[in-house]
Amino acid sequence: MSGDKLTQLKAQELACIKRDKLLFNDLALQVEPGEMLVVAGPNGVGKTSLLRILAGLSAPEDGAIFWNDVSIDNIDSTFRQDLIYIGHKLGFSINLTAIENLRFWMQQRGQVPSEQSIIEVLDELALVGMEDVLVRQMSAGQQRRVALARLWLTPAAIWILDEPLTALDKWGINLLQQKMISHVQAGGIIISTSHQHFAVDIPVRTLALEPNWS
Amino acid sequence: MTVFWSVFRRDWLLAFRQNAEFLQPVLFCLLVVTMFPLGIGPSPATLQKVGPGIIWVAALLSSLLALEKLFKQDFLDGSLEQLVLTPGSLPMLALAKVLVHWLVSTLPLLILSPVLALFLNLTWDMYWALLCTLVLGTPLMSLIGAIAVALTAGLNKGGTLLGLLLLPVYIPLLIFATSAVESASLGIPFTGQLAIIGAMLLFAIALTPYAVAYAIKVSQN
Repeated sequence: MSGDKLTQLKAQELACIKRDKLLFNDLALQVEPGEMLVVAGPNGVGKTSLLRILAGLSAPEDGAIFWNDVSIDNIDSTFRQDLIYIGHKLGFSINLTAIENLRFWMQQRGQVPSEQSIIEVLDELALVGMEDVLVRQMSAGQQRRVALARLWLTPAAIWILDEPLTALDKWGINLLQQKMISHVQAGGIIISTSHQHFAVDIPVRTLALEPNWS
Repeated sequence: MTVFWSVFRRDWLLAFRQNAEFLQPVLFCLLVVTMFPLGIGPSPATLQKVGPGIIWVAALLSSLLALEKLFKQDFLDGSLEQLVLTPGSLPMLALAKVLVHWLVSTLPLLILSPVLALFLNLTWDMYWALLCTLVLGTPLMSLIGAIAVALTAGLNKGGTLLGLLLLPVYIPLLIFATSAVESASLGIPFTGQLAIIGAMLLFAIALTPYAVAYAIKVSQN
Protein backbone atom coordinates (compact mmCIF):
# COMPACT_ATOMS: atom_id res chain seq x y z
CA MET A 1 0.00 0.00 0.00
CA SER A 2 1.40 3.37 0.89
CA GLY A 3 4.43 2.18 2.84
CA ASP A 4 7.09 2.42 0.18
CA LYS A 5 5.85 5.70 -1.23
CA LEU A 6 6.65 9.02 0.32
CA THR A 7 3.42 10.62 1.34
CA GLN A 8 3.03 13.87 3.13
CA LEU A 9 0.28 16.38 3.49
CA LYS A 10 1.18 19.95 4.11
CA ALA A 11 -0.99 23.02 4.44
CA GLN A 12 0.19 26.60 4.54
CA GLU A 13 -1.47 29.82 5.66
CA LEU A 14 -4.96 28.37 5.54
CA ALA A 15 -7.81 30.73 6.23
CA CYS A 16 -11.51 30.00 6.27
CA ILE A 17 -14.43 32.39 6.45
CA LYS A 18 -17.97 31.12 7.00
CA ARG A 19 -20.94 33.51 7.12
CA ASP A 20 -18.68 36.54 7.47
CA LYS A 21 -16.96 35.02 10.45
CA LEU A 22 -13.29 34.21 10.40
CA LEU A 23 -12.93 30.63 11.61
CA PHE A 24 -9.17 30.31 11.38
CA ASN A 25 -6.38 32.24 9.87
CA ASP A 26 -2.76 31.55 8.99
CA LEU A 27 -3.10 27.90 9.92
CA ALA A 28 -0.23 25.64 8.97
CA LEU A 29 0.05 21.92 9.43
CA GLN A 30 2.12 19.03 8.24
CA VAL A 31 1.31 15.36 8.53
CA GLU A 32 3.92 12.72 7.84
CA PRO A 33 3.39 9.03 6.99
CA GLY A 34 2.48 7.00 10.06
CA GLU A 35 0.95 9.95 11.84
CA MET A 36 -2.50 10.56 13.17
CA LEU A 37 -3.77 14.09 13.59
CA VAL A 38 -6.88 14.86 15.59
CA VAL A 39 -8.45 18.27 15.09
CA ALA A 40 -10.05 19.38 18.33
CA GLY A 41 -12.24 22.24 19.39
CA PRO A 42 -15.79 23.12 20.43
CA ASN A 43 -18.77 22.97 18.05
CA GLY A 44 -18.74 25.50 15.26
CA VAL A 45 -15.07 26.27 15.51
CA GLY A 46 -14.37 25.03 11.99
CA LYS A 47 -13.26 21.42 12.35
CA THR A 48 -15.44 20.14 9.55
CA SER A 49 -14.57 23.15 7.40
CA LEU A 50 -10.88 22.42 7.89
CA LEU A 51 -11.30 18.75 6.97
CA ARG A 52 -13.30 19.64 3.88
CA ILE A 53 -10.60 22.08 2.83
CA LEU A 54 -7.89 19.49 3.39
CA ALA A 55 -9.83 16.96 1.34
CA GLY A 56 -10.08 19.47 -1.50
CA LEU A 57 -13.87 19.65 -1.27
CA SER A 58 -14.08 23.33 -0.55
CA ALA A 59 -11.61 26.02 -1.39
CA PRO A 60 -9.85 27.85 1.44
CA GLU A 61 -10.21 31.61 1.61
CA ASP A 62 -6.46 31.80 1.52
CA GLY A 63 -3.52 29.40 1.53
CA ALA A 64 -2.74 26.13 -0.18
CA ILE A 65 -2.51 22.41 0.46
CA PHE A 66 0.32 20.28 -0.80
CA TRP A 67 0.34 16.52 -1.28
CA ASN A 68 3.94 15.32 -1.64
CA ASP A 69 4.98 18.91 -2.23
CA VAL A 70 2.63 19.45 -5.15
CA SER A 71 -0.43 21.63 -4.74
CA ILE A 72 -3.56 19.46 -4.74
CA ASP A 73 -5.12 21.74 -7.33
CA ASN A 74 -2.56 20.48 -9.81
CA ILE A 75 -2.68 16.78 -9.02
CA ASP A 76 -6.36 16.36 -8.47
CA SER A 77 -6.64 12.79 -9.61
CA THR A 78 -3.56 11.35 -7.90
CA PHE A 79 -4.50 12.99 -4.65
CA ARG A 80 -8.05 11.67 -4.89
CA GLN A 81 -6.78 8.19 -5.63
CA ASP A 82 -4.76 8.36 -2.42
CA LEU A 83 -7.58 9.79 -0.32
CA ILE A 84 -10.62 8.38 1.42
CA TYR A 85 -12.88 11.01 2.93
CA ILE A 86 -15.80 10.10 5.14
CA GLY A 87 -17.86 13.05 6.26
CA HIS A 88 -20.96 13.62 8.33
CA LYS A 89 -23.12 12.56 5.45
CA LEU A 90 -23.11 8.91 4.50
CA GLY A 91 -22.12 9.57 0.93
CA PHE A 92 -24.42 6.77 -0.12
CA SER A 93 -27.78 6.65 -1.73
CA ILE A 94 -30.29 5.32 0.77
CA ASN A 95 -32.32 3.70 -1.98
CA LEU A 96 -29.55 1.31 -2.95
CA THR A 97 -28.23 -1.69 -1.07
CA ALA A 98 -24.86 -1.71 0.65
CA ILE A 99 -23.35 -3.81 -2.12
CA GLU A 100 -24.70 -1.59 -4.90
CA ASN A 101 -23.42 1.51 -3.14
CA LEU A 102 -19.97 0.13 -2.45
CA ARG A 103 -19.61 -1.32 -5.92
CA PHE A 104 -20.53 2.02 -7.47
CA TRP A 105 -18.05 3.83 -5.26
CA MET A 106 -15.28 1.43 -6.27
CA GLN A 107 -16.13 1.81 -9.95
CA GLN A 108 -15.82 5.57 -9.56
CA ARG A 109 -12.31 4.97 -8.28
CA GLY A 110 -11.58 2.99 -11.41
CA GLN A 111 -11.67 -0.43 -9.76
CA VAL A 112 -13.88 -3.37 -10.56
CA PRO A 113 -14.58 -5.16 -7.29
CA SER A 114 -15.91 -8.70 -7.16
CA GLU A 115 -19.13 -9.13 -5.25
CA GLN A 116 -17.29 -11.65 -3.07
CA SER A 117 -14.74 -9.09 -1.89
CA ILE A 118 -17.49 -6.65 -0.88
CA ILE A 119 -19.39 -9.37 0.97
CA GLU A 120 -16.22 -10.31 2.84
CA VAL A 121 -15.81 -6.72 4.02
CA LEU A 122 -19.45 -6.53 5.07
CA ASP A 123 -18.89 -9.78 6.95
CA GLU A 124 -16.03 -8.25 8.84
CA LEU A 125 -18.23 -5.32 9.82
CA ALA A 126 -20.98 -7.62 11.07
CA LEU A 127 -23.36 -6.67 8.32
CA VAL A 128 -24.01 -10.26 7.28
CA GLY A 129 -27.51 -10.76 6.01
CA MET A 130 -27.81 -7.05 5.22
CA GLU A 131 -26.42 -7.41 1.70
CA ASP A 132 -29.77 -7.03 0.00
CA VAL A 133 -31.30 -4.53 2.39
CA LEU A 134 -31.67 -0.95 1.22
CA VAL A 135 -29.49 1.42 3.21
CA ARG A 136 -32.59 3.39 4.23
CA GLN A 137 -33.91 0.37 6.12
CA MET A 138 -30.77 0.02 8.23
CA SER A 139 -30.20 1.51 11.66
CA ALA A 140 -28.00 4.59 12.01
CA GLY A 141 -25.09 2.53 13.29
CA GLN A 142 -25.38 0.04 10.46
CA GLN A 143 -25.51 2.84 7.89
CA ARG A 144 -22.41 4.27 9.45
CA ARG A 145 -20.66 0.92 9.16
CA VAL A 146 -21.53 0.73 5.47
CA ALA A 147 -19.94 4.14 5.00
CA LEU A 148 -16.85 3.03 6.92
CA ALA A 149 -16.62 -0.15 4.83
CA ARG A 150 -14.77 2.00 2.30
CA LEU A 151 -11.73 1.91 4.56
CA TRP A 152 -11.69 -1.88 4.38
CA LEU A 153 -12.33 -2.10 0.67
CA THR A 154 -9.42 -0.32 -0.83
CA PRO A 155 -6.08 0.93 0.42
CA ALA A 156 -5.45 4.66 0.40
CA ALA A 157 -2.55 6.62 1.81
CA ILE A 158 -4.59 9.22 3.62
CA TRP A 159 -7.88 8.97 5.47
CA ILE A 160 -9.83 12.06 6.41
CA LEU A 161 -12.57 11.05 8.83
CA ASP A 162 -15.05 13.52 10.24
CA GLU A 163 -16.48 12.21 13.51
CA PRO A 164 -16.02 8.56 12.53
CA LEU A 165 -17.19 7.20 15.88
CA THR A 166 -20.68 8.73 15.66
CA ALA A 167 -23.53 6.23 16.03
CA LEU A 168 -21.19 3.24 16.37
CA ASP A 169 -21.61 0.79 19.23
CA LYS A 170 -18.74 -0.26 21.50
CA TRP A 171 -17.85 -3.15 19.26
CA GLY A 172 -17.88 -0.96 16.16
CA ILE A 173 -15.73 1.70 17.82
CA ASN A 174 -13.23 -0.93 18.81
CA LEU A 175 -13.14 -2.42 15.32
CA LEU A 176 -12.62 0.99 13.71
CA GLN A 177 -9.88 1.91 16.15
CA GLN A 178 -8.05 -1.35 15.42
CA LYS A 179 -8.31 -0.57 11.72
CA MET A 180 -6.99 2.96 12.29
CA ILE A 181 -4.03 1.63 14.26
CA SER A 182 -3.07 -0.84 11.56
CA HIS A 183 -3.42 1.87 8.92
CA VAL A 184 -1.10 4.23 10.76
CA GLN A 185 1.38 1.46 11.55
CA ALA A 186 1.54 0.61 7.86
CA GLY A 187 2.62 4.18 7.16
CA GLY A 188 -0.76 5.71 6.43
CA ILE A 189 -1.99 9.12 7.46
CA ILE A 190 -5.20 9.79 9.37
CA ILE A 191 -6.73 13.21 9.94
CA SER A 192 -9.79 13.07 12.09
CA THR A 193 -12.05 14.86 14.52
CA SER A 194 -13.98 13.39 17.37
CA HIS A 195 -15.69 14.51 20.51
CA GLN A 196 -15.06 11.07 21.86
CA HIS A 197 -11.61 10.04 22.87
CA PHE A 198 -9.69 7.81 20.49
CA ALA A 199 -8.37 4.89 22.53
CA VAL A 200 -5.60 4.08 20.12
CA ASP A 201 -2.20 2.81 20.97
CA ILE A 202 -0.32 5.04 18.55
CA PRO A 203 1.09 8.53 18.82
CA VAL A 204 -1.73 11.01 18.21
CA ARG A 205 -1.09 14.65 17.57
CA THR A 206 -3.82 17.09 18.53
CA LEU A 207 -4.46 20.32 16.71
CA ALA A 208 -6.61 22.56 18.85
CA LEU A 209 -8.52 25.12 16.80
CA GLU A 210 -9.27 27.07 19.93
CA PRO A 211 -6.55 27.90 22.45
CA ASN A 212 -6.78 26.07 25.78
CA TRP A 213 -9.13 23.45 24.41
CA SER A 214 -8.33 19.90 25.42
CA MET B 1 -16.33 5.65 -20.20
CA THR B 2 -16.64 3.27 -17.23
CA VAL B 3 -17.59 6.30 -15.17
CA PHE B 4 -20.34 7.09 -17.63
CA TRP B 5 -21.86 3.62 -17.57
CA SER B 6 -21.56 3.07 -13.84
CA VAL B 7 -23.33 6.37 -13.16
CA PHE B 8 -25.88 5.55 -15.82
CA ARG B 9 -26.68 2.16 -14.26
CA ARG B 10 -26.87 3.56 -10.75
CA ASP B 11 -29.18 6.43 -11.65
CA TRP B 12 -31.34 4.17 -13.78
CA LEU B 13 -31.76 1.81 -10.86
CA LEU B 14 -32.51 4.69 -8.50
CA ALA B 15 -35.09 6.17 -10.84
CA PHE B 16 -37.04 2.93 -10.85
CA ARG B 17 -36.78 2.50 -7.08
CA GLN B 18 -38.53 5.86 -6.67
CA ASN B 19 -40.92 5.35 -9.56
CA ALA B 20 -43.59 7.70 -8.26
CA GLU B 21 -41.21 10.60 -8.60
CA PHE B 22 -40.31 10.41 -12.22
CA LEU B 23 -43.93 10.12 -13.32
CA GLN B 24 -44.72 13.42 -11.63
CA PRO B 25 -43.50 15.77 -14.40
CA VAL B 26 -45.28 13.78 -17.10
CA LEU B 27 -48.48 13.83 -15.10
CA PHE B 28 -48.08 17.56 -14.54
CA CYS B 29 -47.70 18.15 -18.27
CA LEU B 30 -50.71 16.01 -19.06
CA LEU B 31 -52.84 17.84 -16.51
CA VAL B 32 -51.86 21.30 -17.75
CA VAL B 33 -52.60 20.40 -21.34
CA THR B 34 -55.97 18.84 -20.52
CA MET B 35 -57.02 21.93 -18.59
CA PHE B 36 -56.56 24.27 -21.55
CA PRO B 37 -59.40 23.05 -23.78
CA LEU B 38 -61.69 23.39 -20.75
CA GLY B 39 -60.38 26.83 -19.95
CA ILE B 40 -60.37 28.49 -23.36
CA GLY B 41 -63.28 26.65 -24.92
CA PRO B 42 -63.35 23.64 -27.24
CA SER B 43 -63.32 25.54 -30.55
CA PRO B 44 -61.02 23.43 -32.80
CA ALA B 45 -59.60 26.43 -34.65
CA THR B 46 -58.55 28.25 -31.45
CA LEU B 47 -57.05 25.12 -29.96
CA GLN B 48 -55.08 24.45 -33.11
CA LYS B 49 -53.70 27.97 -33.02
CA VAL B 50 -52.55 27.94 -29.38
CA GLY B 51 -51.86 24.18 -29.13
CA PRO B 52 -48.11 24.04 -29.94
CA GLY B 53 -47.40 26.90 -27.57
CA ILE B 54 -49.33 25.21 -24.78
CA ILE B 55 -47.53 21.91 -25.20
CA TRP B 56 -44.17 23.62 -25.26
CA VAL B 57 -44.83 25.78 -22.22
CA ALA B 58 -46.13 22.73 -20.35
CA ALA B 59 -43.01 20.81 -21.34
CA LEU B 60 -40.79 23.68 -20.18
CA LEU B 61 -42.46 23.92 -16.81
CA SER B 62 -42.55 20.19 -16.22
CA SER B 63 -38.89 20.03 -17.16
CA LEU B 64 -38.17 22.66 -14.51
CA LEU B 65 -40.16 20.66 -12.00
CA ALA B 66 -38.25 17.50 -12.81
CA LEU B 67 -34.82 19.11 -13.02
CA GLU B 68 -35.01 20.32 -9.47
CA LYS B 69 -34.50 16.76 -8.30
CA LEU B 70 -31.52 16.06 -10.54
CA PHE B 71 -28.84 16.58 -7.88
CA LYS B 72 -30.94 17.20 -4.78
CA GLN B 73 -30.93 13.70 -3.30
CA ASP B 74 -27.27 13.15 -4.12
CA PHE B 75 -26.42 16.44 -2.48
CA LEU B 76 -28.39 15.69 0.66
CA ASP B 77 -27.06 12.20 1.26
CA GLY B 78 -23.49 13.20 0.45
CA SER B 79 -23.12 11.06 -2.68
CA LEU B 80 -22.23 14.21 -4.56
CA GLU B 81 -19.29 15.06 -2.31
CA GLN B 82 -17.99 11.51 -2.68
CA LEU B 83 -18.35 11.80 -6.45
CA VAL B 84 -16.41 15.05 -6.44
CA LEU B 85 -13.66 13.30 -4.50
CA THR B 86 -13.36 10.21 -6.67
CA PRO B 87 -10.79 10.33 -9.43
CA GLY B 88 -13.39 9.68 -12.13
CA SER B 89 -14.24 12.37 -14.61
CA LEU B 90 -16.95 14.74 -13.40
CA PRO B 91 -18.14 15.97 -16.81
CA MET B 92 -18.81 12.37 -17.88
CA LEU B 93 -20.72 11.85 -14.68
CA ALA B 94 -22.78 14.96 -15.31
CA LEU B 95 -23.57 13.84 -18.84
CA ALA B 96 -24.67 10.41 -17.63
CA LYS B 97 -26.91 11.90 -14.96
CA VAL B 98 -28.55 14.27 -17.42
CA LEU B 99 -29.08 11.46 -19.92
CA VAL B 100 -30.80 9.22 -17.38
CA HIS B 101 -32.85 12.14 -16.20
CA TRP B 102 -33.98 12.88 -19.72
CA LEU B 103 -34.80 9.24 -20.39
CA VAL B 104 -36.96 8.80 -17.30
CA SER B 105 -38.64 12.18 -17.04
CA THR B 106 -38.91 13.52 -20.60
CA LEU B 107 -39.03 10.52 -22.87
CA PRO B 108 -42.43 9.47 -21.44
CA LEU B 109 -43.62 12.94 -22.40
CA LEU B 110 -42.56 12.37 -26.01
CA ILE B 111 -44.36 9.04 -26.02
CA LEU B 112 -47.44 10.78 -24.66
CA SER B 113 -47.24 13.65 -27.15
CA PRO B 114 -49.61 12.15 -29.78
CA VAL B 115 -52.36 12.18 -27.14
CA LEU B 116 -51.59 15.80 -26.28
CA ALA B 117 -51.64 16.72 -29.98
CA LEU B 118 -55.03 15.05 -30.28
CA PHE B 119 -56.41 17.02 -27.33
CA LEU B 120 -55.41 20.26 -29.00
CA ASN B 121 -56.54 19.33 -32.49
CA LEU B 122 -53.11 19.61 -34.13
CA THR B 123 -52.82 18.51 -37.77
CA TRP B 124 -50.48 15.69 -38.71
CA ASP B 125 -47.92 18.13 -40.16
CA MET B 126 -47.99 20.26 -37.03
CA TYR B 127 -47.61 17.21 -34.83
CA TRP B 128 -44.63 16.01 -36.83
CA ALA B 129 -42.92 19.40 -36.46
CA LEU B 130 -43.78 19.48 -32.77
CA LEU B 131 -42.28 16.06 -32.20
CA CYS B 132 -39.08 17.04 -34.04
CA THR B 133 -38.68 20.19 -31.95
CA LEU B 134 -39.38 18.26 -28.73
CA VAL B 135 -36.86 15.55 -29.59
CA LEU B 136 -34.15 18.16 -30.20
CA GLY B 137 -35.28 20.73 -27.67
CA THR B 138 -35.94 18.77 -24.48
CA PRO B 139 -32.39 17.35 -24.15
CA LEU B 140 -31.15 20.90 -24.63
CA MET B 141 -33.38 22.04 -21.75
CA SER B 142 -32.09 19.26 -19.51
CA LEU B 143 -28.45 20.02 -20.29
CA ILE B 144 -28.69 23.75 -19.71
CA GLY B 145 -30.96 23.27 -16.72
CA ALA B 146 -28.42 20.94 -15.11
CA ILE B 147 -25.95 23.83 -14.76
CA ALA B 148 -28.40 25.92 -12.76
CA VAL B 149 -29.56 22.92 -10.76
CA ALA B 150 -26.01 22.03 -9.79
CA LEU B 151 -25.39 25.62 -8.74
CA THR B 152 -28.49 25.78 -6.57
CA ALA B 153 -28.17 22.24 -5.14
CA GLY B 154 -26.88 23.54 -1.84
CA LEU B 155 -29.65 26.09 -1.34
CA ASN B 156 -32.75 25.28 0.65
CA LYS B 157 -35.18 27.22 -1.48
CA GLY B 158 -33.52 26.63 -4.81
CA GLY B 159 -36.79 26.06 -6.67
CA THR B 160 -37.91 29.63 -7.24
CA LEU B 161 -34.41 30.77 -8.03
CA LEU B 162 -34.13 27.97 -10.55
CA GLY B 163 -37.17 29.21 -12.45
CA LEU B 164 -35.87 32.77 -12.49
CA LEU B 165 -32.48 31.62 -13.72
CA LEU B 166 -33.65 29.22 -16.35
CA LEU B 167 -36.83 30.48 -17.96
CA PRO B 168 -35.15 33.48 -19.65
CA VAL B 169 -32.53 31.11 -21.05
CA TYR B 170 -35.24 28.84 -22.43
CA ILE B 171 -37.00 31.64 -24.30
CA PRO B 172 -34.98 31.40 -27.55
CA LEU B 173 -35.67 27.68 -27.66
CA LEU B 174 -39.37 28.31 -27.14
CA ILE B 175 -39.45 30.88 -29.92
CA PHE B 176 -37.70 28.68 -32.47
CA ALA B 177 -39.72 25.61 -31.53
CA THR B 178 -43.13 27.26 -31.78
CA SER B 179 -42.10 29.04 -34.97
CA ALA B 180 -41.20 25.66 -36.48
CA VAL B 181 -44.64 24.29 -35.68
CA GLU B 182 -46.26 27.41 -37.06
CA SER B 183 -44.33 27.05 -40.29
CA ALA B 184 -45.52 23.46 -40.49
CA SER B 185 -49.11 24.56 -40.04
CA LEU B 186 -48.71 26.92 -43.02
CA GLY B 187 -47.06 24.21 -45.07
CA ILE B 188 -43.65 25.95 -45.21
CA PRO B 189 -40.46 23.92 -44.55
CA PHE B 190 -39.24 24.26 -40.97
CA THR B 191 -35.78 22.75 -41.33
CA GLY B 192 -34.19 26.13 -40.59
CA GLN B 193 -35.60 26.30 -37.09
CA LEU B 194 -34.79 22.65 -36.49
CA ALA B 195 -31.21 23.22 -37.64
CA ILE B 196 -30.80 26.07 -35.16
CA ILE B 197 -32.20 24.01 -32.28
CA GLY B 198 -30.00 21.11 -33.37
CA ALA B 199 -26.94 23.36 -33.42
CA MET B 200 -27.74 24.61 -29.94
CA LEU B 201 -28.12 21.03 -28.76
CA LEU B 202 -24.75 19.95 -30.17
CA PHE B 203 -23.13 22.98 -28.63
CA ALA B 204 -24.74 22.13 -25.29
CA ILE B 205 -23.66 18.46 -25.41
CA ALA B 206 -20.09 19.56 -26.01
CA LEU B 207 -19.84 22.27 -23.37
CA THR B 208 -22.45 21.96 -20.64
CA PRO B 209 -20.93 18.84 -18.98
CA TYR B 210 -17.89 20.93 -18.09
CA ALA B 211 -20.03 23.75 -16.77
CA VAL B 212 -22.10 21.30 -14.72
CA ALA B 213 -18.95 19.70 -13.32
CA TYR B 214 -17.67 23.09 -12.27
CA ALA B 215 -21.02 24.01 -10.76
CA ILE B 216 -21.04 20.79 -8.73
CA LYS B 217 -17.64 21.69 -7.32
CA VAL B 218 -18.86 25.18 -6.46
CA SER B 219 -21.94 23.78 -4.73
CA GLN B 220 -19.66 21.92 -2.32
CA ASN B 221 -18.07 25.10 -1.08
